[in-house]
Amino acid sequence: MTINGTRITFRMTPFRLVLIGFSLIFVGIVAYRLVNGLQMTNLTDAWPWGLWIYVDVKLGVALAAGGFTTAGIYYVLGVKKVKSVVKPAILTAWLGYCLVGFGLLMDLGRWYGWWHPIFSWGEHSVMFELYMCVLLYTIVLTCEFAPVLFKGLGLRKVSSFFTRLTAPLVIGGIALSTMHQSSLGSMYVLTLGKLNELWWTMLLPILYYSSAVAVGPAMVTCETALAGRFFRHDWDAPAMTYLAKWSGYVMTFYTVLRVGDLAVRGQLTALFALDTVSLMCLLELVIGCLLPLWFFWSYKLLGREMTQTMIVRNAVLMVLGVALNRGNVVFTGMAKAAGASYFPSVAELFLTFGLISVGILIYLFIVENFDVFPAHDQQAAPGPAQAHG
Amino acid sequence: MSKGVLVDMTKCFGCGACTVACKLWNEKKYDEVNKPTLGEAAQLVDINWTVVSKHDVTDQGGHAAWRFAKKQCLHCVDPACASSCLVGALRKTPEGPVVYHPDLCVGCRYCMVACPFNIPKYEWDKSFPKVSKCQMCFTRVVAGEQPACIAVCPNQVMQFGDRDQLVKTAHQRIAANKGLYIDHLFGETEVGGTAWLYLSDQPFDKLGFKTAVPQESLPAYTWQILSKLPAILLGWTAILSGIYFINKRRNAAAEGKLDRTGGPQA
Repeated sequence: MTINGTRITFRMTPFRLVLIGFSLIFVGIVAYRLVNGLQMTNLTDAWPWGLWIYVDVKLGVALAAGGFTTAGIYYVLGVKKVKSVVKPAILTAWLGYCLVGFGLLMDLGRWYGWWHPIFSWGEHSVMFELYMCVLLYTIVLTCEFAPVLFKGLGLRKVSSFFTRLTAPLVIGGIALSTMHQSSLGSMYVLTLGKLNELWWTMLLPILYYSSAVAVGPAMVTCETALAGRFFRHDWDAPAMTYLAKWSGYVMTFYTVLRVGDLAVRGQLTALFALDTVSLMCLLELVIGCLLPLWFFWSYKLLGREMTQTMIVRNAVLMVLGVALNRGNVVFTGMAKAAGASYFPSVAELFLTFGLISVGILIYLFIVENFDVFPAHDQQAAPGPAQAHG
Repeated sequence: MSKGVLVDMTKCFGCGACTVACKLWNEKKYDEVNKPTLGEAAQLVDINWTVVSKHDVTDQGGHAAWRFAKKQCLHCVDPACASSCLVGALRKTPEGPVVYHPDLCVGCRYCMVACPFNIPKYEWDKSFPKVSKCQMCFTRVVAGEQPACIAVCPNQVMQFGDRDQLVKTAHQRIAANKGLYIDHLFGETEVGGTAWLYLSDQPFDKLGFKTAVPQESLPAYTWQILSKLPAILLGWTAILSGIYFINKRRNAAAEGKLDRTGGPQA
């Protein structure tokens, strides 16, 4: 079998062997979970949501925002210089959403009924809206990436059919993403009185959406930096600088809104109370907002160009900041209302590790065999382990 | 008419007959060692739809005393759990009870996160768990009977009737017994009102009630956002399409030809 006229390759390296090991454990855990239910988790009545909801769903969706943001920047805003990152970003978003869907399925107690919402509508539920948008958007992403897959398989007519759909797919994808990225925040509006007031606000949907729009390109930057290292691509400075500026401006909007909201609701005293909750909130704000914005604006105001190191560092900080923010909403902010502690079980941890490992393996397989990176010479591509040393 | 229950906690002496009646009627297992229904450690769990918890308090005469609090789902007038459910597996019935339909439930547990009183519990030890909570004996209520727990109470602690009427009755009782009851009818305004209403001679937080809850309906907050989404969806799609076409024309003009490729994939 050939793809793009060359034989399928999948270079085996120690790093990939470890990932395959995690994936095999993952398959075992999944089988056990599907039969035996959620007993293997440390979830309780006090903590009905845990690691899977946090990493596989909340964080997964936020970090997969690179797909709709870069596609929007390229196709809708017509910024042609980001071209090199669009296909990889759509690929990671597509894989990300597939993993999110699978992670959510694992978390559903009665997983065999996953299709119920399609027929039985809970139209007053944010979760219903989230479900529908994620389902539709995963289909949209599949269609957005389909040209690359079909082209590789030699089905050029199918490929060009999907290519012609690009504009409506991208616009529809942005609309769907706007809905469900904000819904991840709106979901917690119902927890008024339970979620700590450092995080509960009616602005949750706007905060979640704007932070996703900022962190999406940041995540693409991190992925590009990693992939560039593994596959020895050149650093596309104009594209990366554009994404860094985008994230910088959007994160500025988010930070002003976030801090302003805390001030208006009179939460600044609580923010500096220096208890566990306030320290976690400060950590989130310093890492995700203040540090990256400090670097961004100090360079901006001095009129200096951001270096590659700085762009990557800023992107990593924003990703960590959003991870902290989502984690704080799911765990830190809800801890008092739960009145008990939670730490994920070994099975929960390994299912999450395994899910991510499977994702990385599929990603590596696709980028090595399909035309994802524009100037990618497959024969010359060294495996990640070689780049690792 | 939406039904409700008025509980007079000064009359409860903690016999636990209601918890037994609940288990019998709803066919729930007993596990008094690990999941007691009675006493200080009593807690609502998957098999306990109602419990009677014991609390050490000081009575109005300054003496140490016991008080007993019957706990179960409060059946909110505008329930957060029902609004949270993505398949409509939890529904507020016109008769009053908030009823669970396990055949629809997919097990996302958003209801447990959403409930301001942490009432819905989960069958964690089952392969295909259900959400578990008091159904206010819905089949009995629609047949014109009172819930099983009320029917067996030996001291008429609970009064079953129309909620609106019970609110009036409760305020008359508070007014007529100023020395006995504290001036607070729990459930009248909590989270926009609940079907179960409580009279007490002790502050409710001392009896294990979650008093720090909003005084308005929670689904109303979510609806403020959800109801705007269709307009945002349409408007945003129109704006994006507009920007897309403007940029497409501009790029085509700049390149001197019409761009039919649709992007980098071609």
